[in-house]
Amino acid sequence: MPDSDYIILVFAMGVVTYVPRWAPLFLLASRRLSDRMIEWLDLIPAAILSALLLPALLLSPEPRLVSLLRPELLAAVPTFLVALKTKSLGGTVVVGMTLYWLIDRVI
Amino acid sequence: MFLCNYRVYLWKQRIRILNQKSVHNGQALQDAAVAAWPICLGYIPVGLAFGVLAQKAGLRPVEIGLMSLLVFAGSSQFIAVSMLAAGAVPLAIILTAFTVNLRHFLMSSSLALYMGHTSKKLLSLFAYGVTDESFAVNLFRFRQGGWDVKRALCVNHIANLAWVTSTLLGGYGGKLIPEGAFGIDYALNSMFICLLVFQLRGKKYVVTALLSGGLAVLLALVVAGNSYIVLASILAATLVVCLGGKGFAL
Repeated sequence: MPDSDYIILVFAMGVVTYVPRWAPLFLLASRRLSDRMIEWLDLIPAAILSALLLPALLLSPEPRLVSLLRPELLAAVPTFLVALKTKSLGGTVVVGMTLYWLIDRVI
Repeated sequence: MFLCNYRVYLWKQRIRILNQKSVHNGQALQDAAVAAWPICLGYIPVGLAFGVLAQKAGLRPVEIGLMSLLVFAGSSQFIAVSMLAAGAVPLAIILTAFTVNLRHFLMSSSLALYMGHTSKKLLSLFAYGVTDESFAVNLFRFRQGGWDVKRALCVNHIANLAWVTSTLLGGYGGKLIPEGAFGIDYALNSMFICLLVFQLRGKKYVVTALLSGGLAVLLALVVAGNSYIVLASILAATLVVCLGGKGFAL
Protein backbone atom coordinates (compact mmCIF):
# COMPACT_ATOMS: atom_id res chain seq x y z
CA MET A 1 0.00 0.00 0.00
CA PRO A 2 1.18 3.55 -0.73
CA ASP A 3 1.77 5.54 2.43
CA SER A 4 -0.91 7.96 3.59
CA ASP A 5 1.15 11.08 2.73
CA TYR A 6 1.25 10.02 -0.89
CA ILE A 7 -2.47 9.20 -0.96
CA ILE A 8 -3.32 12.62 0.49
CA LEU A 9 -1.05 14.34 -2.03
CA VAL A 10 -2.53 12.53 -5.01
CA PHE A 11 -6.06 12.99 -3.74
CA ALA A 12 -5.50 16.74 -3.34
CA MET A 13 -4.05 16.92 -6.84
CA GLY A 14 -7.15 15.12 -8.05
CA VAL A 15 -9.48 17.58 -6.32
CA VAL A 16 -7.76 20.72 -7.64
CA THR A 17 -7.78 19.19 -11.12
CA TYR A 18 -11.40 18.06 -10.93
CA VAL A 19 -13.01 21.28 -9.67
CA PRO A 20 -12.09 23.46 -12.68
CA ARG A 21 -13.31 20.68 -14.97
CA TRP A 22 -16.56 20.36 -13.08
CA ALA A 23 -17.60 23.90 -12.08
CA PRO A 24 -18.38 25.31 -15.55
CA LEU A 25 -20.37 22.23 -16.55
CA PHE A 26 -22.30 22.30 -13.31
CA LEU A 27 -22.96 26.05 -13.39
CA LEU A 28 -23.33 26.82 -17.10
CA ALA A 29 -24.95 23.78 -18.71
CA SER A 30 -28.51 24.43 -17.55
CA ARG A 31 -28.29 28.22 -17.63
CA ARG A 32 -29.54 30.42 -20.42
CA LEU A 33 -26.47 32.28 -21.65
CA SER A 34 -26.41 35.63 -23.40
CA ASP A 35 -25.79 35.62 -27.16
CA ARG A 36 -22.45 37.31 -26.60
CA MET A 37 -21.38 34.63 -24.13
CA ILE A 38 -22.42 31.88 -26.54
CA GLU A 39 -20.47 33.54 -29.32
CA TRP A 40 -17.42 33.79 -27.07
CA LEU A 41 -17.63 30.19 -25.93
CA ASP A 42 -18.05 29.08 -29.53
CA LEU A 43 -14.71 30.70 -30.40
CA ILE A 44 -12.86 29.08 -27.49
CA PRO A 45 -12.23 25.67 -29.14
CA ALA A 46 -10.48 27.20 -32.16
CA ALA A 47 -8.53 29.48 -29.83
CA ILE A 48 -7.48 26.70 -27.43
CA LEU A 49 -6.50 24.20 -30.11
CA SER A 50 -4.38 26.84 -31.81
CA ALA A 51 -2.82 27.93 -28.50
CA LEU A 52 -1.97 24.32 -27.68
CA LEU A 53 -0.60 23.51 -31.11
CA LEU A 54 1.39 26.46 -32.37
CA PRO A 55 3.87 26.67 -29.48
CA ALA A 56 4.24 22.86 -29.58
CA LEU A 57 5.13 23.03 -33.27
CA LEU A 58 7.23 26.20 -33.34
CA LEU A 59 9.13 26.19 -30.06
CA SER A 60 11.87 23.90 -28.87
CA PRO A 61 11.34 22.65 -25.31
CA GLU A 62 13.44 24.21 -22.53
CA PRO A 63 14.90 26.63 -23.35
CA ARG A 64 11.98 27.78 -25.47
CA LEU A 65 13.24 29.11 -28.77
CA VAL A 66 11.53 29.59 -32.10
CA SER A 67 12.84 27.05 -34.57
CA LEU A 68 11.50 26.65 -38.08
CA LEU A 69 13.29 23.40 -38.80
CA ARG A 70 11.66 21.20 -36.18
CA PRO A 71 10.23 17.95 -37.61
CA GLU A 72 7.04 18.77 -35.68
CA LEU A 73 6.58 21.93 -37.75
CA LEU A 74 7.73 20.46 -41.07
CA ALA A 75 5.29 17.57 -40.73
CA ALA A 76 2.50 19.91 -39.63
CA VAL A 77 2.26 21.80 -42.92
CA PRO A 78 1.41 18.82 -45.16
CA THR A 79 -0.69 17.29 -42.35
CA PHE A 80 -2.72 20.50 -42.20
CA LEU A 81 -3.29 20.37 -45.97
CA VAL A 82 -4.34 16.72 -45.80
CA ALA A 83 -6.85 17.57 -43.04
CA LEU A 84 -8.18 20.48 -45.10
CA LYS A 85 -8.51 18.35 -48.22
CA THR A 86 -9.77 15.04 -46.82
CA LYS A 87 -11.70 16.19 -43.71
CA SER A 88 -10.85 12.79 -42.30
CA LEU A 89 -9.58 12.52 -38.73
CA GLY A 90 -8.31 8.96 -39.02
CA GLY A 91 -6.63 9.62 -42.36
CA THR A 92 -4.96 12.78 -41.06
CA VAL A 93 -3.59 11.02 -37.98
CA VAL A 94 -2.08 8.20 -40.05
CA VAL A 95 -0.61 10.58 -42.65
CA GLY A 96 0.71 12.90 -39.92
CA MET A 97 2.45 10.07 -38.08
CA THR A 98 3.99 8.72 -41.27
CA LEU A 99 5.23 12.14 -42.37
CA TYR A 100 6.71 12.85 -38.95
CA TRP A 101 8.41 9.46 -38.91
CA LEU A 102 9.89 10.06 -42.38
CA ILE A 103 11.01 13.64 -41.67
CA ASP A 104 12.48 12.67 -38.31
CA ARG A 105 14.47 9.97 -40.14
CA VAL A 106 15.81 12.32 -42.82
CA ILE A 107 16.81 15.20 -40.53
CA MET B 1 -25.91 33.81 -38.80
CA PHE B 2 -24.31 31.75 -36.13
CA LEU B 3 -27.20 32.23 -33.70
CA CYS B 4 -29.64 31.10 -36.33
CA ASN B 5 -27.57 27.96 -36.86
CA TYR B 6 -27.40 27.50 -33.15
CA ARG B 7 -31.19 27.56 -32.75
CA VAL B 8 -31.56 25.00 -35.55
CA TYR B 9 -28.93 22.99 -33.80
CA LEU B 10 -30.86 23.18 -30.52
CA TRP B 11 -33.97 21.86 -32.21
CA LYS B 12 -32.03 19.03 -33.79
CA GLN B 13 -30.58 18.32 -30.38
CA ARG B 14 -34.07 18.10 -28.87
CA ILE B 15 -35.25 15.68 -31.54
CA ARG B 16 -32.13 13.67 -31.02
CA ILE B 17 -32.73 13.41 -27.30
CA LEU B 18 -36.19 12.01 -28.01
CA ASN B 19 -34.69 9.47 -30.38
CA GLN B 20 -31.71 8.58 -28.31
CA LYS B 21 -33.59 6.39 -25.85
CA SER B 22 -34.12 3.86 -28.59
CA VAL B 23 -30.44 3.77 -29.50
CA HIS B 24 -28.72 0.65 -28.40
CA ASN B 25 -25.95 0.98 -25.84
CA GLY B 26 -23.63 -1.17 -27.90
CA GLN B 27 -23.91 1.27 -30.78
CA ALA B 28 -22.97 4.14 -28.47
CA LEU B 29 -19.88 2.31 -27.27
CA GLN B 30 -18.90 1.47 -30.83
CA ASP B 31 -19.30 5.10 -31.95
CA ALA B 32 -17.23 6.21 -28.98
CA ALA B 33 -14.48 3.70 -29.76
CA VAL B 34 -14.29 5.00 -33.34
CA ALA B 35 -14.03 8.56 -32.03
CA ALA B 36 -11.52 7.74 -29.30
CA TRP B 37 -8.91 5.66 -31.10
CA PRO B 38 -6.64 8.57 -32.06
CA ILE B 39 -6.62 9.62 -28.40
CA CYS B 40 -5.64 6.12 -27.28
CA LEU B 41 -2.94 5.93 -29.92
CA GLY B 42 -1.50 9.16 -28.56
CA TYR B 43 -1.86 8.25 -24.89
CA ILE B 44 -0.05 4.91 -25.13
CA PRO B 45 3.49 6.23 -25.79
CA VAL B 46 3.03 9.18 -23.41
CA GLY B 47 1.55 6.92 -20.72
CA LEU B 48 4.36 4.38 -21.04
CA ALA B 49 6.94 7.17 -20.86
CA PHE B 50 5.26 8.58 -17.77
CA GLY B 51 5.19 5.16 -16.10
CA VAL B 52 8.88 4.56 -16.79
CA LEU B 53 9.81 8.02 -15.51
CA ALA B 54 7.67 7.67 -12.38
CA GLN B 55 9.19 4.30 -11.64
CA LYS B 56 12.67 5.80 -11.95
CA ALA B 57 11.58 8.53 -9.55
CA GLY B 58 10.80 5.81 -6.99
CA LEU B 59 7.03 5.31 -7.37
CA ARG B 60 5.59 1.82 -7.30
CA PRO B 61 3.10 0.71 -9.96
CA VAL B 62 0.19 0.94 -7.50
CA GLU B 63 1.16 4.56 -6.73
CA ILE B 64 1.48 5.36 -10.41
CA GLY B 65 -1.93 3.85 -11.17
CA LEU B 66 -3.50 5.74 -8.27
CA MET B 67 -2.18 9.06 -9.56
CA SER B 68 -3.37 8.37 -13.11
CA LEU B 69 -6.79 7.39 -11.81
CA LEU B 70 -7.25 10.33 -9.43
CA VAL B 71 -5.63 13.11 -11.44
CA PHE B 72 -5.95 11.98 -15.08
CA ALA B 73 -3.99 14.88 -16.54
CA GLY B 74 -0.78 14.03 -18.36
CA SER B 75 1.38 17.12 -18.19
CA SER B 76 0.64 17.84 -14.54
CA GLN B 77 1.51 14.24 -13.67
CA PHE B 78 4.91 14.55 -15.38
CA ILE B 79 5.57 17.77 -13.48
CA ALA B 80 4.40 16.26 -10.18
CA VAL B 81 6.76 13.30 -10.54
CA SER B 82 9.76 15.48 -11.30
CA MET B 83 8.86 17.72 -8.35
CA LEU B 84 8.53 14.67 -6.09
CA ALA B 85 11.92 13.45 -7.23
CA ALA B 86 13.38 16.89 -6.50
CA GLY B 87 11.91 16.78 -2.98
CA ALA B 88 9.35 19.57 -3.42
CA VAL B 89 6.82 20.16 -0.62
CA PRO B 90 3.32 18.74 -1.23
CA LEU B 91 1.64 22.14 -1.27
CA ALA B 92 3.87 23.29 -4.14
CA ILE B 93 3.02 20.15 -6.11
CA ILE B 94 -0.72 20.61 -5.52
CA LEU B 95 -0.66 24.30 -6.49
CA THR B 96 1.31 23.48 -9.62
CA ALA B 97 -1.22 20.82 -10.60
CA PHE B 98 -3.98 23.38 -10.11
CA THR B 99 -2.37 26.00 -12.36
CA VAL B 100 -1.28 23.55 -15.02
CA ASN B 101 -4.81 22.11 -15.25
CA LEU B 102 -6.73 25.36 -15.03
CA ARG B 103 -7.11 25.39 -18.82
CA HIS B 104 -9.74 22.64 -18.51
CA PHE B 105 -12.00 25.30 -16.99
CA LEU B 106 -12.25 26.91 -20.42
CA MET B 107 -12.80 23.58 -22.14
CA SER B 108 -15.63 22.58 -19.79
CA SER B 109 -17.21 26.01 -20.29
CA SER B 110 -17.20 25.45 -24.00
CA LEU B 111 -18.57 21.91 -23.70
CA ALA B 112 -21.36 23.18 -21.42
CA LEU B 113 -23.01 24.70 -24.51
CA TYR B 114 -23.87 21.19 -25.68
CA MET B 115 -24.88 19.60 -22.41
CA GLY B 116 -28.01 21.51 -21.52
CA HIS B 117 -30.25 18.51 -20.95
CA THR B 118 -27.90 16.48 -18.83
CA SER B 119 -28.48 15.58 -15.18
CA LYS B 120 -26.08 17.10 -12.65
CA LYS B 121 -24.98 13.62 -11.67
CA LEU B 122 -23.98 12.71 -15.21
CA LEU B 123 -22.27 16.10 -15.65
CA SER B 124 -20.23 15.48 -12.53
CA LEU B 125 -19.11 12.11 -13.89
CA PHE B 126 -18.39 13.62 -17.30
CA ALA B 127 -16.25 16.38 -15.75
CA TYR B 128 -13.78 13.79 -14.47
CA GLY B 129 -12.80 12.88 -18.02
CA VAL B 130 -12.35 16.34 -19.55
CA THR B 131 -8.82 16.45 -20.98
CA ASP B 132 -7.35 18.43 -23.89
CA GLU B 133 -7.88 15.43 -26.13
CA SER B 134 -11.35 14.27 -25.06
CA PHE B 135 -12.51 17.90 -25.13
CA ALA B 136 -11.36 18.38 -28.71
CA VAL B 137 -12.85 15.11 -29.93
CA ASN B 138 -16.19 15.43 -28.12
CA LEU B 139 -16.65 19.06 -29.08
CA PHE B 140 -16.13 18.24 -32.74
CA ARG B 141 -18.60 15.34 -32.53
CA PHE B 142 -21.23 17.40 -30.71
CA ARG B 143 -21.00 20.07 -33.37
CA GLN B 144 -21.14 17.57 -36.15
CA GLY B 145 -24.37 16.15 -34.70
CA GLY B 146 -25.45 12.61 -33.89
CA TRP B 147 -23.52 12.83 -30.63
CA ASP B 148 -24.85 12.65 -27.09
CA VAL B 149 -23.67 12.62 -23.50
CA LYS B 150 -23.60 8.84 -23.38
CA ARG B 151 -21.16 8.68 -26.29
CA ALA B 152 -19.10 11.56 -24.93
CA LEU B 153 -18.88 9.81 -21.58
CA CYS B 154 -17.72 6.62 -23.31
CA VAL B 155 -14.98 8.57 -25.12
CA ASN B 156 -13.80 9.98 -21.78
CA HIS B 157 -13.67 6.58 -20.15
CA ILE B 158 -12.02 4.79 -23.07
CA ALA B 159 -9.33 7.48 -23.01
CA ASN B 160 -9.06 7.13 -19.23
CA LEU B 161 -8.65 3.36 -19.52
CA ALA B 162 -5.90 3.80 -22.12
CA TRP B 163 -4.12 6.32 -19.88
CA VAL B 164 -4.30 4.35 -16.64
CA THR B 165 -3.31 1.09 -18.34
CA SER B 166 -0.37 2.51 -20.25
CA THR B 167 1.03 4.38 -17.24
CA LEU B 168 0.75 1.17 -15.19
CA LEU B 169 2.52 -0.84 -17.88
CA GLY B 170 5.23 1.80 -17.98
CA GLY B 171 5.48 1.52 -14.20
CA TYR B 172 6.19 -2.19 -14.50
CA GLY B 173 9.15 -1.25 -16.68
CA GLY B 174 7.39 -1.99 -19.90
CA LYS B 175 9.07 -0.26 -22.81
CA LEU B 176 6.71 -1.92 -25.25
CA ILE B 177 7.29 0.59 -27.99
CA PRO B 178 10.79 1.46 -29.17
CA GLU B 179 11.62 5.17 -29.07
CA GLY B 180 10.17 7.11 -31.99
CA ALA B 181 8.54 4.07 -33.60
CA PHE B 182 6.03 4.63 -36.40
CA GLY B 183 5.84 8.35 -35.63
CA ILE B 184 3.46 7.48 -32.80
CA ASP B 185 4.75 10.49 -30.84
CA TYR B 186 3.04 12.64 -33.43
CA ALA B 187 -0.42 11.05 -33.10
CA LEU B 188 -1.85 13.71 -30.78
CA ASN B 189 -0.36 16.61 -32.74
CA SER B 190 -1.90 15.25 -35.96
CA MET B 191 -5.22 14.82 -34.19
CA PHE B 192 -5.15 18.40 -32.91
CA ILE B 193 -4.22 19.72 -36.37
CA CYS B 194 -7.23 17.98 -37.91
CA LEU B 195 -9.63 19.03 -35.14
CA LEU B 196 -8.39 22.61 -35.50
CA VAL B 197 -9.12 22.46 -39.23
CA PHE B 198 -12.66 21.29 -38.40
CA GLN B 199 -13.05 24.34 -36.14
CA LEU B 200 -12.14 26.78 -38.92
CA ARG B 201 -15.69 27.16 -40.16
CA GLY B 202 -15.44 30.79 -41.25
CA LYS B 203 -13.33 33.92 -41.22
CA LYS B 204 -14.13 34.64 -37.58
CA TYR B 205 -12.70 31.30 -36.47
CA VAL B 206 -9.60 31.62 -38.65
CA VAL B 207 -8.88 35.07 -37.21
CA THR B 208 -9.38 33.75 -33.67
CA ALA B 209 -7.08 30.79 -34.26
CA LEU B 210 -4.33 32.90 -35.83
CA LEU B 211 -4.55 35.49 -33.07
CA SER B 212 -4.58 32.90 -30.32
CA GLY B 213 -1.75 30.85 -31.80
CA GLY B 214 0.40 33.93 -32.34
CA LEU B 215 -0.26 35.23 -28.84
CA ALA B 216 0.44 31.79 -27.38
CA VAL B 217 3.86 31.63 -29.05
CA LEU B 218 4.76 35.14 -27.88
CA LEU B 219 3.54 34.51 -24.34
CA ALA B 220 5.25 31.12 -24.16
CA LEU B 221 8.55 32.88 -24.91
CA VAL B 222 8.19 35.30 -22.00
CA VAL B 223 6.16 33.43 -19.35
CA ALA B 224 7.25 30.11 -17.87
CA GLY B 225 4.77 27.31 -17.42
CA ASN B 226 1.69 26.78 -19.56
CA SER B 227 -0.47 29.73 -18.57
CA TYR B 228 -0.01 31.00 -22.13
CA ILE B 229 -2.72 28.55 -23.30
CA VAL B 230 -5.47 30.09 -21.16
CA LEU B 231 -4.22 33.68 -21.55
CA ALA B 232 -3.92 33.53 -25.34
CA SER B 233 -7.29 31.79 -25.79
CA ILE B 234 -9.21 34.23 -23.60
CA LEU B 235 -7.51 37.26 -25.16
CA ALA B 236 -8.11 36.08 -28.73
CA ALA B 237 -11.76 35.09 -28.25
CA THR B 238 -12.54 38.29 -26.36
CA LEU B 239 -10.85 40.49 -28.96
CA VAL B 240 -12.73 38.85 -31.81
CA VAL B 241 -16.10 39.13 -30.03
CA CYS B 242 -15.40 42.80 -29.23
CA LEU B 243 -14.27 43.57 -32.78
CA GLY B 244 -17.38 41.84 -34.13
CA GLY B 245 -19.52 43.96 -31.78
CA LYS B 246 -17.77 47.11 -33.04
CA GLY B 247 -18.93 46.29 -36.55
CA PHE B 248 -15.78 44.78 -38.04
CA ALA B 249 -16.83 42.25 -40.61
CA LEU B 250 -15.52 39.06 -39.05
